[in-house]
Parts: sequence; structure tokens; C-alpha cells
Amino acid sequence: MIEAEAQYRDWMLAGLAGDAAAYRRLLAALSGHLRSFFARRVGPNAAEDMVQETLIAIHTKRETYDPGLPLTAWVYGIARYKLIDEYRREKRRPSVPLDEAPELFAHDEVESAGARRDVEKLLAKLPAAKRALVRAIRLEGQSVAETAARTGLSESAVKVGVHRAIKSLQDDVSGDENR
Amino acid sequence: MKTDELIAFLSQDLEPARRGMVLRWLMLGLTLGMAVSALAMMTMLGPRPDLHAAMRGGAFWMKFCYTLALALLGFIIVQRQASAGADSRGAIAALAAPVVALTLLAGSQLSAPTANSAKLLMGDTWIVCPWLILALSLPIFAGLFMALRRLAPTRLATAGASAGLLAGASAATLYGFHCPELAAPFVLIWYTLGIAAAAGLGAVLGRWMLAW
Repeated sequence: MIEAEAQYRDWMLAGLAGDAAAYRRLLAALSGHLRSFFARRVGPNAAEDMVQETLIAIHTKRETYDPGLPLTAWVYGIARYKLIDEYRREKRRPSVPLDEAPELFAHDEVESAGARRDVEKLLAKLPAAKRALVRAIRLEGQSVAETAARTGLSESAVKVGVHRAIKSLQDDVSGDENR
Repeated sequence: MKTDELIAFLSQDLEPARRGMVLRWLMLGLTLGMAVSALAMMTMLGPRPDLHAAMRGGAFWMKFCYTLALALLGFIIVQRQASAGADSRGAIAALAAPVVALTLLAGSQLSAPTANSAKLLMGDTWIVCPWLILALSLPIFAGLFMALRRLAPTRLATAGASAGLLAGASAATLYGFHCPELAAPFVLIWYTLGIAAAAGLGAVLGRWMLAW
């Protein structure tokens, strides 16, 4: 985390000086953290829009970054602002901790086309019914209740189905690695 | 658009960023606003006729130091609130220092054996003092909001309140050159009220005027 802060801050300072490559690396790294941050709060579907909005905000407001302060805190402040903005639009009661900057950089989700392809390959090994459950809940971020209503299964059946499917996928992946 | 494409788009043709923009915009807004307020003060109210004599006494400078201290702290808070991630809690807590100091002075004036409490508390101009301070703060307020809109405040009510505090305290400093009152209890009540009104107005307006 601390190393990430130092690395990201270096990239930011280089980016502010006009180094496009460093700046691009920074935005790519931040997008992973932001995706995870937003996914846990607004769900994976809305998260990608928020990641993009936040990246644009970081870019347009980059002149306001004070190099004397941690970059983590600055990025968290902007992400938090965007999240509250989103809650306000959805008429949810905004309550976002003021200072959870360290938490932002503790998680990282990279959504690369390659990763998505691998998941699809793995999913193809599952029976069709389980595949639909995993896709709905784990990839599309639907709730258990929604999926249960749509498939006609009970909520506990959906949970157990997803759990077993994920378990067998994990076994598959670790089996691949052991070979 | 995919996020990867967005990142590529944002980082292509990257221009070096201008440095020190927070300070520069705030100073510009403050200076323009202060110029308008000072002009309004001089033309519409005018300095107190005995300004030179008053400036030789300590009471005038007590008032000046009180409003200036609030303005300086206001500036530090605005500067921290103008972008994300800076901690302004220390500066906000420090606001208590000038208020406590003036309260002690006001208390000692009120407890003097010859004290005329009504005169010390209300003076002759209590009814206009906070309103004139609030009115004089408006141009400074406008200048600071203009600056903040170009920056990145993320706590809008706090940022607006701190801009109001700075505008109110700067206006009160200017108003001190017109105002005939010199008693510490008067300044503590009516000056502080005018400054607090400006800060409150800033908190309310900040929520929607500073959104970006």
C-alpha cells in the first residue's frame, strides 16, 4: 500500500510534468482500485461508469493536486465525492466515511478482455443451469432475490448452486495450475 | 467507451500541468473581491472621521487583529477545502483561539468597576454592524466562489462555509476602518455575528453552487 502510494505519486508527478506514459500507467492502476471500490458500493454494473467519471475528474482536476499531500488521499477524496454524487442522484442517503483512503488502495480489480475470456472458457465447463446462475450473480451483479425470482428457484437453492459452481471452477483452475 | 480507451484518450497529447493553481485562483478571487468591497466601503460608508486618532489607540488594532486572524485561518481552510484530500480540522479548531482571546478581553472590560455594560455590548451601531459586514462580504464571496468553481472542492458545505468565513472576516477587517465602535464585547458579538452569517450563507450556497 505504502509502496503503491510512492509509485503512484511518482507517476502522478511525472504525468503533471507532461509524461504521458507514466500518466497512462497511473490511470490504469487507479482504475483497478476504483473499480473494486465502486463495485462494492454500487454493484459491478454501475461501477464501470463511475470509474470512468472518476478518471475524467482526476484528469480535469489534476492541477489541484498538491504534491505535498498523499496522492491516495486526493484520489479517495475525488472518488468519495463522485460516489456521494451518485447516491444523491439515486436519492439514497449518502454516508461515505470521510477518511478511508488506505482502504481504496487495498483492493484492485483489473477488468481486461483476457480475464473475461478466461472466465467464459471456465464457465463453459459448467452445466447450463449453473452457468446461468454464476453469470447472473457473479458477473452481472444481480441479487440473489432477483435471480431466484427469475429462475423460479428458491433463494437458498440459488446460493447453494452458485457456491457449488464456484467451488468446482476453483478446483478446475487449481487443477490447471498443478498440471 | 471502454475504460482502456478512455485512459488512452486522456493520456494522449498530455500537456504539462500548471502548478500552484489552487493558490493562484484563490488569491485572484480574494484580491478582486477585496478591491470591490474596499471601493464600496470607501465610497458608500467612508472611513471614520477620526481614523488617524483611532489608529494610535490599542482598541483599533485589537479589532483589526481579531478579524485578520479569522481571515488568515479562513484562508488556510479554504485553501485546504479547495481540493480533495487535505485535512483542515486543525485550522478549524484553531478558530477558537482568537474567539477565546477576545472573550477574555471582553470579560475583563465588562467586569471593570466603571463599566457601562449596555454601551460596551450594544455600542451605538449594533443594529447595522452585522448587516454591513455581510453586505461588504458579498463581492469577496463572489470572487472566492468563482475561484472554487475552477478547483475541486469535495465537501461542498464546508468549502462554502470556509469561503464565507474568509469573505466575512476580510469584510469585517475593511469595515473596521469605518466602524466607530472600539469595545471588545461589541466586536465579539456583532462582528462575529456578521462573519458567522457570511459563513452560514456560504455553507448553504456551497451545496449547490460549488457542485462539479
